[in-house]
Amino acid sequence: MKPAAFDYVHCETLDEAAEMIAQTGDDARILAGGQSLVAMLNMRLATPTVLVDVMPAQDARKVAADNGTLKISAAVRQASLLDDPNLTSRNPLLAQMLPWVGHPQTRARGTLCGSVAHADPSAEIPLALAALDGTVILRRGRKRRSVKATDFFLGMMLTDKADDEMIEAVTFADVEQGTGTGFAEVGRRKGDFAIVACAALISPKRVRLAVGGVNDTPFVKDWDTLSPQDEGEALNALAWSLDARGDLHATARYRRDLVRHLGAKALKEARTCAD
Amino acid sequence: MRRLTATERHPVRFTLNGKPAEGTAHPRMLLSDFLRGVQGATGTHVGCEHGVCGACTVRIDGATARSCLTFAVQIEGAEIDTVEALAPAPGRLSVLQDAFRKHHALQCGFCTPGILMSLDTLLATEPRANAERIRDVLSGHLCRCTGYQPIVAAALDAAQTLREETDNA
Repeated sequence: MKPAAFDYVHCETLDEAAEMIAQTGDDARILAGGQSLVAMLNMRLATPTVLVDVMPAQDARKVAADNGTLKISAAVRQASLLDDPNLTSRNPLLAQMLPWVGHPQTRARGTLCGSVAHADPSAEIPLALAALDGTVILRRGRKRRSVKATDFFLGMMLTDKADDEMIEAVTFADVEQGTGTGFAEVGRRKGDFAIVACAALISPKRVRLAVGGVNDTPFVKDWDTLSPQDEGEALNALAWSLDARGDLHATARYRRDLVRHLGAKALKEARTCAD
Repeated sequence: MRRLTATERHPVRFTLNGKPAEGTAHPRMLLSDFLRGVQGATGTHVGCEHGVCGACTVRIDGATARSCLTFAVQIEGAEIDTVEALAPAPGRLSVLQDAFRKHHALQCGFCTPGILMSLDTLLATEPRANAERIRDVLSGHLCRCTGYQPIVAAALDAAQTLREETDNA
Protein backbone atom coordinates (compact mmCIF):
# COMPACT_ATOMS: atom_id res chain seq x y z
CA MET A 1 0.00 0.00 0.00
CA LYS A 2 2.59 2.55 -1.10
CA PRO A 3 2.20 4.91 -4.05
CA ALA A 4 4.19 4.39 -7.22
CA ALA A 5 7.01 6.89 -7.76
CA PHE A 6 6.15 10.42 -8.92
CA ASP A 7 7.74 13.85 -9.22
CA TYR A 8 6.28 16.32 -6.74
CA VAL A 9 5.68 19.89 -7.93
CA HIS A 10 5.18 22.56 -5.29
CA CYS A 11 3.15 25.43 -6.80
CA GLU A 12 3.02 28.93 -5.42
CA THR A 13 0.28 30.18 -7.76
CA LEU A 14 -2.73 28.79 -9.64
CA ASP A 15 -1.05 29.91 -12.88
CA GLU A 16 1.87 27.58 -12.18
CA ALA A 17 -0.44 24.66 -11.41
CA ALA A 18 -2.60 25.21 -14.49
CA GLU A 19 0.46 25.52 -16.72
CA MET A 20 1.98 22.33 -15.30
CA ILE A 21 -1.23 20.34 -15.81
CA ALA A 22 -1.70 21.72 -19.33
CA GLN A 23 1.84 20.64 -20.25
CA THR A 24 1.84 17.23 -18.60
CA GLY A 25 -1.80 16.21 -19.16
CA ASP A 26 -2.69 12.59 -18.50
CA ASP A 27 0.51 11.85 -16.55
CA ALA A 28 -0.11 14.57 -13.97
CA ARG A 29 -2.71 14.98 -11.25
CA ILE A 30 -3.53 17.94 -9.05
CA LEU A 31 -2.85 17.19 -5.39
CA ALA A 32 -5.14 19.21 -3.12
CA GLY A 33 -6.20 17.89 0.30
CA GLY A 34 -5.29 14.36 -0.77
CA GLN A 35 -8.13 12.70 1.12
CA SER A 36 -9.38 10.84 -1.96
CA LEU A 37 -6.38 10.97 -4.28
CA VAL A 38 -3.72 9.72 -1.85
CA ALA A 39 -5.91 6.73 -0.94
CA MET A 40 -6.17 5.98 -4.68
CA LEU A 41 -2.38 6.37 -5.02
CA ASN A 42 -1.72 4.10 -2.03
CA MET A 43 -3.92 1.42 -3.58
CA ARG A 44 -2.31 2.12 -6.97
CA LEU A 45 -5.68 2.74 -8.55
CA ALA A 46 -4.00 5.90 -9.83
CA THR A 47 -0.33 6.04 -10.89
CA PRO A 48 0.44 9.55 -12.15
CA THR A 49 4.11 10.35 -12.73
CA VAL A 50 3.73 13.98 -11.60
CA LEU A 51 1.75 15.35 -8.64
CA VAL A 52 1.05 19.08 -8.79
CA ASP A 53 0.48 20.37 -5.25
CA VAL A 54 -1.92 23.33 -5.39
CA MET A 55 -2.21 23.77 -1.61
CA PRO A 56 0.79 26.14 -1.22
CA ALA A 57 -0.79 28.56 -3.76
CA GLN A 58 -2.08 31.56 -1.79
CA ASP A 59 -4.43 32.59 -4.60
CA ALA A 60 -6.12 29.16 -4.45
CA ARG A 61 -7.39 29.71 -0.90
CA LYS A 62 -10.07 32.26 -1.71
CA VAL A 63 -13.72 32.09 -0.73
CA ALA A 64 -15.54 34.88 -2.59
CA ALA A 65 -19.15 35.87 -2.22
CA ASP A 66 -20.40 37.67 -5.28
CA ASN A 67 -23.35 37.85 -7.62
CA GLY A 68 -25.54 35.51 -5.61
CA THR A 69 -22.97 32.75 -5.48
CA LEU A 70 -20.25 31.48 -3.24
CA LYS A 71 -17.04 30.83 -5.17
CA ILE A 72 -14.67 28.35 -3.58
CA SER A 73 -11.12 28.08 -4.94
CA ALA A 74 -9.08 24.92 -5.41
CA ALA A 75 -7.23 24.90 -2.08
CA VAL A 76 -10.13 25.74 0.29
CA ARG A 77 -10.40 23.02 2.89
CA GLN A 78 -13.79 21.66 3.98
CA ALA A 79 -13.08 22.48 7.64
CA SER A 80 -12.22 26.11 6.89
CA LEU A 81 -15.51 26.68 5.05
CA LEU A 82 -17.41 24.93 7.84
CA ASP A 83 -15.76 27.28 10.35
CA ASP A 84 -16.99 30.35 8.43
CA PRO A 85 -19.53 32.03 10.74
CA ASN A 86 -21.50 33.45 7.78
CA LEU A 87 -21.99 30.11 6.04
CA THR A 88 -25.29 29.20 7.71
CA SER A 89 -27.02 32.46 6.85
CA ARG A 90 -25.65 32.52 3.31
CA ASN A 91 -26.01 28.89 2.38
CA PRO A 92 -27.84 26.84 5.01
CA LEU A 93 -27.91 23.70 2.84
CA LEU A 94 -24.13 23.66 2.47
CA ALA A 95 -23.83 24.24 6.22
CA GLN A 96 -26.16 21.28 6.83
CA MET A 97 -24.29 18.96 4.46
CA LEU A 98 -20.63 19.70 5.20
CA PRO A 99 -20.62 18.07 8.67
CA TRP A 100 -21.56 14.80 6.88
CA VAL A 101 -18.45 14.93 4.66
CA GLY A 102 -15.95 12.42 6.03
CA HIS A 103 -14.70 12.89 9.59
CA PRO A 104 -13.19 15.90 11.39
CA GLN A 105 -9.77 14.35 10.70
CA THR A 106 -10.37 14.26 6.92
CA ARG A 107 -12.26 17.57 6.65
CA ALA A 108 -9.21 19.29 8.18
CA ARG A 109 -7.29 18.43 4.99
CA GLY A 110 -9.85 17.66 2.29
CA THR A 111 -10.98 20.38 -0.13
CA LEU A 112 -14.34 21.04 -1.80
CA CYS A 113 -12.85 21.14 -5.31
CA GLY A 114 -11.00 17.87 -4.65
CA SER A 115 -14.22 16.08 -3.76
CA VAL A 116 -15.85 17.46 -6.92
CA ALA A 117 -12.89 16.25 -9.00
CA HIS A 118 -13.09 12.78 -7.42
CA ALA A 119 -16.82 12.60 -8.30
CA ASP A 120 -17.84 9.73 -6.06
CA PRO A 121 -21.58 9.12 -6.64
CA SER A 122 -22.20 8.91 -2.87
CA ALA A 123 -20.27 12.02 -1.86
CA GLU A 124 -22.07 15.00 -0.32
CA ILE A 125 -20.17 17.85 -2.00
CA PRO A 126 -21.02 16.82 -5.59
CA LEU A 127 -24.63 16.38 -4.40
CA ALA A 128 -24.62 19.87 -2.88
CA LEU A 129 -23.14 21.27 -6.09
CA ALA A 130 -25.93 19.70 -8.16
CA ALA A 131 -28.66 20.75 -5.71
CA LEU A 132 -27.42 24.35 -5.52
CA ASP A 133 -27.15 25.04 -9.29
CA GLY A 134 -23.39 24.87 -8.95
CA THR A 135 -20.78 25.38 -11.62
CA VAL A 136 -17.25 24.08 -12.05
CA ILE A 137 -14.66 26.52 -13.34
CA LEU A 138 -12.08 24.62 -15.37
CA ARG A 139 -8.75 25.91 -16.56
CA ARG A 140 -6.48 24.78 -19.37
CA GLY A 141 -3.39 26.95 -19.16
CA ARG A 142 -4.84 30.48 -19.24
CA LYS A 143 -8.17 29.52 -20.82
CA ARG A 144 -11.19 29.10 -18.57
CA ARG A 145 -14.57 27.49 -19.09
CA SER A 146 -17.49 27.09 -16.77
CA VAL A 147 -19.57 23.90 -16.68
CA LYS A 148 -22.87 23.38 -14.88
CA ALA A 149 -22.70 20.72 -12.17
CA THR A 150 -25.37 18.66 -13.89
CA ASP A 151 -23.23 18.59 -17.07
CA PHE A 152 -19.94 18.11 -15.22
CA PHE A 153 -20.65 14.75 -13.60
CA LEU A 154 -20.75 12.13 -16.36
CA GLY A 155 -20.58 8.89 -14.42
CA MET A 156 -19.03 7.14 -11.45
CA MET A 157 -15.76 9.04 -10.84
CA LEU A 158 -16.07 10.35 -14.38
CA THR A 159 -16.30 14.05 -15.20
CA ASP A 160 -16.20 16.49 -18.09
CA LYS A 161 -12.73 17.67 -17.01
CA ALA A 162 -10.08 16.90 -19.64
CA ASP A 163 -6.71 15.49 -18.58
CA ASP A 164 -4.95 18.78 -19.29
CA GLU A 165 -7.49 20.84 -17.32
CA MET A 166 -7.71 21.58 -13.61
CA ILE A 167 -10.58 22.70 -11.41
CA GLU A 168 -9.79 26.28 -10.44
CA ALA A 169 -12.94 26.83 -8.40
CA VAL A 170 -16.54 25.75 -7.88
CA THR A 171 -19.53 28.02 -7.27
CA PHE A 172 -22.67 27.34 -5.25
CA ALA A 173 -25.78 29.48 -5.73
CA ASP A 174 -26.85 31.24 -2.52
CA VAL A 175 -30.05 29.99 -0.93
CA GLU A 176 -32.62 32.76 -1.31
CA GLN A 177 -34.60 34.15 1.59
CA GLY A 178 -37.82 32.20 2.05
CA THR A 179 -36.33 28.95 0.79
CA GLY A 180 -36.30 26.06 3.22
CA THR A 181 -33.54 23.45 3.13
CA GLY A 182 -33.21 19.93 4.47
CA PHE A 183 -30.72 17.08 4.37
CA ALA A 184 -30.85 13.43 5.38
CA GLU A 185 -28.41 10.59 4.90
CA VAL A 186 -27.90 6.94 5.80
CA GLY A 187 -24.45 5.35 5.88
CA ARG A 188 -22.88 2.42 7.72
CA ARG A 189 -20.92 4.72 10.00
CA LYS A 190 -21.12 8.48 10.47
CA GLY A 191 -18.66 9.99 8.02
CA ASP A 192 -18.55 7.02 5.66
CA PHE A 193 -19.85 7.42 2.14
CA ALA A 194 -23.63 7.60 2.08
CA ILE A 195 -25.69 4.63 0.95
CA VAL A 196 -28.32 7.23 0.03
CA ALA A 197 -28.34 10.98 0.72
CA CYS A 198 -31.15 13.45 -0.03
CA ALA A 199 -31.01 17.25 -0.11
CA ALA A 200 -34.22 19.29 -0.33
CA LEU A 201 -34.90 22.93 -1.25
CA ILE A 202 -38.42 24.34 -1.01
CA SER A 203 -39.26 27.85 -2.26
CA PRO A 204 -42.65 29.33 -3.20
CA LYS A 205 -41.74 28.64 -6.86
CA ARG A 206 -40.27 25.17 -6.71
CA VAL A 207 -39.73 21.98 -4.74
CA ARG A 208 -36.37 20.32 -5.37
CA LEU A 209 -34.96 17.02 -4.18
CA ALA A 210 -31.40 15.98 -5.02
CA VAL A 211 -30.50 12.32 -4.51
CA GLY A 212 -26.99 10.92 -4.13
CA GLY A 213 -25.75 7.34 -3.81
CA VAL A 214 -28.27 5.75 -6.19
CA ASN A 215 -27.39 6.77 -9.75
CA ASP A 216 -23.82 7.14 -10.97
CA THR A 217 -24.17 10.91 -10.68
CA PRO A 218 -26.20 13.20 -8.38
CA PHE A 219 -29.83 13.24 -9.51
CA VAL A 220 -31.96 16.40 -9.25
CA LYS A 221 -35.77 16.32 -9.40
CA ASP A 222 -37.90 19.49 -9.50
CA TRP A 223 -41.63 19.82 -8.96
CA ASP A 224 -43.58 23.08 -9.45
CA THR A 225 -45.56 22.25 -6.35
CA LEU A 226 -45.71 19.20 -4.12
CA SER A 227 -48.36 19.01 -1.44
CA PRO A 228 -47.70 16.79 1.56
CA GLN A 229 -50.64 14.58 0.43
CA ASP A 230 -49.06 13.91 -2.98
CA GLU A 231 -45.56 13.53 -1.61
CA GLY A 232 -45.63 9.80 -0.88
CA GLU A 233 -46.68 8.94 -4.40
CA ALA A 234 -44.18 11.38 -5.94
CA LEU A 235 -41.31 9.93 -3.89
CA ASN A 236 -42.31 6.40 -4.82
CA ALA A 237 -42.31 7.35 -8.50
CA LEU A 238 -38.93 9.03 -8.05
CA ALA A 239 -37.50 5.96 -6.29
CA TRP A 240 -38.58 3.69 -9.17
CA SER A 241 -37.34 6.13 -11.84
CA LEU A 242 -33.79 5.98 -10.46
CA ASP A 243 -31.29 3.34 -11.47
CA ALA A 244 -31.05 1.64 -8.06
CA ARG A 245 -28.70 -1.34 -8.05
CA GLY A 246 -27.69 -3.81 -5.39
CA ASP A 247 -24.09 -4.08 -4.21
CA LEU A 248 -22.05 -5.12 -1.18
CA HIS A 249 -23.50 -2.29 0.91
CA ALA A 250 -27.23 -2.40 0.13
CA THR A 251 -29.81 -4.04 -2.10
CA ALA A 252 -31.60 -2.07 -4.82
CA ARG A 253 -34.84 -2.41 -2.87
CA TYR A 254 -33.26 -0.95 0.28
CA ARG A 255 -31.89 1.98 -1.74
CA ARG A 256 -35.36 2.72 -3.16
CA ASP A 257 -36.76 2.53 0.35
CA LEU A 258 -34.14 4.99 1.55
CA VAL A 259 -35.08 7.40 -1.25
CA ARG A 260 -38.69 7.34 -0.02
CA HIS A 261 -37.82 7.73 3.67
CA LEU A 262 -34.87 10.14 3.42
CA GLY A 263 -36.66 12.14 0.71
CA ALA A 264 -39.63 12.62 3.03
CA LYS A 265 -37.34 13.49 5.94
CA ALA A 266 -35.38 16.09 3.96
CA LEU A 267 -38.58 17.62 2.51
CA LYS A 268 -40.14 17.80 5.98
CA GLU A 269 -37.10 19.59 7.35
CA ALA A 270 -37.12 22.01 4.39
CA ARG A 271 -40.84 22.69 4.84
CA THR A 272 -40.35 23.37 8.56
CA CYS A 273 -37.62 25.93 8.00
CA ALA A 274 -39.41 27.53 5.02
CA ASP A 275 -42.45 28.30 7.22
CA MET B 1 7.60 26.45 -8.40
CA ARG B 2 9.83 23.65 -7.14
CA ARG B 3 9.99 20.20 -8.71
CA LEU B 4 11.19 17.34 -6.55
CA THR B 5 12.25 14.39 -8.67
CA ALA B 6 10.87 10.92 -7.99
CA THR B 7 14.25 9.18 -7.90
CA GLU B 8 15.97 11.35 -5.32
CA ARG B 9 15.54 11.92 -1.60
CA HIS B 10 14.77 15.51 -0.70
CA PRO B 11 15.40 17.30 2.59
CA VAL B 12 12.35 18.00 4.78
CA ARG B 13 12.64 20.42 7.69
CA PHE B 14 9.78 20.70 10.17
CA THR B 15 8.92 20.81 13.85
CA LEU B 16 8.26 17.49 15.55
CA ASN B 17 6.65 17.67 18.99
CA GLY B 18 7.98 21.16 19.54
CA LYS B 19 11.56 20.45 18.48
CA PRO B 20 13.23 21.19 15.13
CA ALA B 21 13.55 18.03 13.03
CA GLU B 22 14.77 17.11 9.58
CA GLY B 23 15.20 14.13 7.34
CA THR B 24 15.16 13.16 3.71
CA ALA B 25 12.36 11.52 1.75
CA HIS B 26 11.44 10.46 -1.76
CA PRO B 27 8.29 12.33 -2.91
CA ARG B 28 6.23 9.14 -2.62
CA MET B 29 7.08 8.59 1.05
CA LEU B 30 4.00 8.93 3.27
CA LEU B 31 4.22 11.05 6.39
CA SER B 32 3.34 7.96 8.47
CA ASP B 33 6.35 6.05 7.10
CA PHE B 34 8.57 9.12 7.41
CA LEU B 35 7.69 9.54 11.08
CA ARG B 36 8.23 5.88 11.89
CA GLY B 37 11.05 4.90 9.56
CA VAL B 38 13.10 8.08 9.24
CA GLN B 39 12.35 9.93 12.47
CA GLY B 40 12.08 6.78 14.61
CA ALA B 41 8.84 8.07 16.13
CA THR B 42 7.06 4.73 16.15
CA GLY B 43 4.21 5.81 18.42
CA THR B 44 2.13 6.61 15.35
CA HIS B 45 0.63 3.36 14.09
CA VAL B 46 -0.10 2.40 10.51
CA GLY B 47 -3.31 0.49 9.90
CA CYS B 48 -5.29 0.61 6.68
CA GLU B 49 -3.13 3.10 4.75
CA HIS B 50 -6.11 4.57 2.94
CA GLY B 51 -7.54 6.96 5.48
CA VAL B 52 -10.30 4.80 6.94
CA CYS B 53 -9.04 3.40 10.26
CA GLY B 54 -7.56 6.51 11.88
CA ALA B 55 -4.66 4.71 13.62
CA CYS B 56 -2.08 7.02 11.99
CA THR B 57 -3.79 10.28 13.05
CA VAL B 58 -1.36 13.07 13.99
CA ARG B 59 -1.65 16.85 14.32
CA ILE B 60 -0.49 18.93 11.36
CA ASP B 61 -0.33 22.65 12.25
CA GLY B 62 -2.78 22.11 15.09
CA ALA B 63 -5.43 20.10 13.21
CA THR B 64 -5.78 16.34 13.28
CA ALA B 65 -5.06 14.53 10.03
CA ARG B 66 -4.29 11.10 8.62
CA SER B 67 -0.52 10.81 8.25
CA CYS B 68 -1.07 8.04 5.65
CA LEU B 69 -2.80 10.54 3.33
CA THR B 70 -0.06 13.17 3.43
CA PHE B 71 3.40 12.99 1.91
CA ALA B 72 6.51 13.79 3.91
CA VAL B 73 7.59 16.42 1.36
CA GLN B 74 4.32 18.30 2.01
CA ILE B 75 5.17 19.00 5.67
CA GLU B 76 8.19 21.23 5.00
CA GLY B 77 7.94 24.01 7.60
CA ALA B 78 4.90 22.49 9.33
CA GLU B 79 4.39 21.69 12.99
CA ILE B 80 3.71 18.00 13.57
CA ASP B 81 2.57 16.56 16.88
CA THR B 82 2.45 12.84 17.50
CA VAL B 83 1.35 10.69 20.44
CA GLU B 84 4.89 10.94 21.84
CA ALA B 85 4.11 14.58 22.69
CA LEU B 86 1.23 13.79 25.07
CA ALA B 87 2.97 12.50 28.19
CA PRO B 88 4.37 15.43 30.23
CA ALA B 89 7.47 13.48 31.32
CA PRO B 90 8.88 9.96 31.04
CA GLY B 91 6.94 7.68 33.37
CA ARG B 92 4.00 10.09 33.63
CA LEU B 93 0.78 10.04 31.66
CA SER B 94 -1.33 12.96 30.48
CA VAL B 95 -4.78 13.38 32.02
CA LEU B 96 -6.38 11.81 28.93
CA GLN B 97 -3.93 8.90 28.83
CA ASP B 98 -4.48 8.30 32.54
CA ALA B 99 -8.26 8.27 32.01
CA PHE B 100 -7.78 5.70 29.22
CA ARG B 101 -5.95 3.44 31.69
CA LYS B 102 -8.52 3.96 34.42
CA HIS B 103 -11.50 3.20 32.15
CA HIS B 104 -9.87 0.34 30.19
CA ALA B 105 -10.30 2.41 27.02
CA LEU B 106 -7.84 0.18 25.17
CA GLN B 107 -7.03 -3.48 24.91
CA CYS B 108 -4.61 -4.25 22.08
CA GLY B 109 -3.66 -0.59 21.78
CA PHE B 110 -3.28 -0.50 18.03
CA CYS B 111 -5.84 2.25 17.42
CA THR B 112 -4.99 4.14 20.63
CA PRO B 113 -2.32 6.62 19.39
CA GLY B 114 -4.64 8.00 16.74
CA ILE B 115 -7.63 8.19 19.08
CA LEU B 116 -5.53 9.94 21.74
CA MET B 117 -4.44 12.56 19.19
CA SER B 118 -8.02 13.24 18.09
CA LEU B 119 -9.42 13.43 21.63
CA ASP B 120 -6.49 15.46 22.95
CA THR B 121 -7.14 17.99 20.18
CA LEU B 122 -10.88 18.01 20.87
CA LEU B 123 -10.47 18.60 24.62
CA ALA B 124 -7.91 21.35 24.02
CA THR B 125 -10.29 23.26 21.74
CA GLU B 126 -13.62 22.28 23.33
CA PRO B 127 -13.13 21.66 27.06
CA ARG B 128 -16.89 21.25 27.45
CA ALA B 129 -17.25 18.61 24.73
CA ASN B 130 -20.16 16.29 25.52
CA ALA B 131 -20.58 12.61 24.66
CA GLU B 132 -22.14 13.49 21.29
CA ARG B 133 -19.15 15.61 20.24
CA ILE B 134 -16.76 12.94 21.48
CA ARG B 135 -18.59 10.30 19.44
CA ASP B 136 -18.53 12.56 16.38
CA VAL B 137 -14.73 12.84 16.61
CA LEU B 138 -14.43 9.11 17.41
CA SER B 139 -16.34 8.29 14.22
CA GLY B 140 -13.05 8.87 12.41
CA HIS B 141 -11.45 5.91 14.18
CA LEU B 142 -11.92 2.17 14.21
CA CYS B 143 -11.43 0.20 17.44
CA ARG B 144 -12.09 -3.54 17.37
CA CYS B 145 -11.51 -4.24 21.08
CA THR B 146 -13.46 -1.84 23.25
CA GLY B 147 -16.83 -1.22 21.61
CA TYR B 148 -16.02 2.50 22.12
CA GLN B 149 -18.03 2.85 25.36
CA PRO B 150 -14.95 2.96 27.64
CA ILE B 151 -13.27 5.43 25.27
CA VAL B 152 -16.21 7.83 25.57
CA ALA B 153 -16.21 7.37 29.36
CA ALA B 154 -12.47 8.09 29.52
CA ALA B 155 -12.79 11.22 27.38
CA LEU B 156 -15.66 12.57 29.50
CA ASP B 157 -13.70 11.85 32.69
CA ALA B 158 -10.58 13.54 31.28
CA ALA B 159 -12.63 16.55 30.18
CA GLN B 160 -13.97 16.96 33.71
CA THR B 161 -10.51 16.61 35.28
CA LEU B 162 -9.06 19.16 32.87
CA ARG B 163 -11.89 21.62 33.59
CA GLU B 164 -11.35 21.23 37.34
CA GLU B 165 -7.61 21.81 36.89
CA THR B 166 -8.33 24.99 34.90
CA ASP B 167 -10.90 26.23 37.42
CA ASN B 168 -8.50 25.67 40.31
CA ALA B 169 -5.54 27.22 38.56
